[in-house]
Amino acid sequence: MKEEILQILSEIRPEFDFSESSDFISEGLLDSFDILQLVTALDELYNVSIDGMDILPENFKSTEAITTILIKNGVLQ
Amino acid sequence: MNLKFHNKKISGILAVLPEKEVRFEDEIDNYNFSKSQSMKLKLVMGYNKRRIVTEGTTCSDLCVYGMNYLFEENLLNKDDIDALILVTQSPDHFMPATSHIIHGKLGLKQDMYCVDITQGCSGYIIGLNQAFMLLEQDEINKVVLLNADVLSTKVSKRDRNSNPIVGDGASITIVENDNSGRAIYGMVKVDGKGADALIIPAGGFRTPSTLETAKQTVDEAGNYRALDHLKMKGDDVFNFVQREVPPMIEGLLLNAGLDKEAIDYFMFHQPNRFMLRKLADKIGVPHEKIPNNIVENFGNASGVSIPTAITFNLGNKLLKNSFLVCMAGFGTGLNWASLVMQLGKLQFCELINYK
Repeated sequence: MKEEILQILSEIRPEFDFSESSDFISEGLLDSFDILQLVTALDELYNVSIDGMDILPENFKSTEAITTILIKNGVLQ
Repeated sequence: MNLKFHNKKISGILAVLPEKEVRFEDEIDNYNFSKSQSMKLKLVMGYNKRRIVTEGTTCSDLCVYGMNYLFEENLLNKDDIDALILVTQSPDHFMPATSHIIHGKLGLKQDMYCVDITQGCSGYIIGLNQAFMLLEQDEINKVVLLNADVLSTKVSKRDRNSNPIVGDGASITIVENDNSGRAIYGMVKVDGKGADALIIPAGGFRTPSTLETAKQTVDEAGNYRALDHLKMKGDDVFNFVQREVPPMIEGLLLNAGLDKEAIDYFMFHQPNRFMLRKLADKIGVPHEKIPNNIVENFGNASGVSIPTAITFNLGNKLLKNSFLVCMAGFGTGLNWASLVMQLGKLQFCELINYK
């Protein structure tokens, strides 16, 4: 799952190396509009709909946080 | 707050949109973002094209144009109008009320009720509630509800946060008494603590416009705007909508004794495609029951977005058919409001261009 998330992230912001970042938000790799694109891509890839209430920056700050939110929204690890 | 009305109906809806169309790609160079980033965002949000007024066109112009169309087409008789409500956030002047300007331009009778209401994204629902209440009066049998906004003139062209979605327009809804015995259920909520989530900081009496308030500065995300421009805290608004609207709809339908499956259409305010799809998923209804195609075709003209969605998506179908429709508006205020009612067998339901 981590590799798939990194692949999506690199397509959204190809200028950054997400594998080198510990916090995508505070380090400026993702802004709120990037998160909307990320959610759309994750919804399509895993055939889920991430709950709108979960679309908060802290839930998308790392691959671990994204994995957690995907599992919460029904994606099997 | 729960509301309930008896024996009221909508008998016609007309949307009036300016002819001038601006495409997202035409403005993409205005923004402080790469083109590829903006184009990706276009697909997610539904940015495409929007209708905006040309310089000098105001809310009263759009409303008077639409009203005259109805008079000329014999769809509305001038002397039958007992009340005129205008819901807008972009009046022609601070004073007098724009509804009075419209009243004068149309030459309506003196013996009637005429009022402006300042409301934005919830403005269609709030306006309908007011119309239903006025119809409780013995001498009021027909209310003309006008919704109009020309806020594109108050949005920075270099603000990718707001500029690609904001459109202008007006709508005219005829509201009358009905003898069907049917009830209309409504719900309204407000949180004034969120008043700065959608705001034009300068230009009113608190902070009058000056040369200083016209100076643009760049925000953290890279958008340029001045205090004279509309400012939207996009994240806050998104979270507010996702938090408050689904339970409001659940409460409304519970109060009305209806299952969501019984609703033919959910005609919601049109902020952007992403937000509406997420709302549909959260409420648990198919995407096709909540149209999300107004921002991409016309832009979001605040309280005009719901009647635009109805005329664009249902149009002539509503002349012969009747549907159970749940409407919801949410946004500036913060305010969120909804109602569920039977809508159909209308005398008119169309969208025209302001020329």
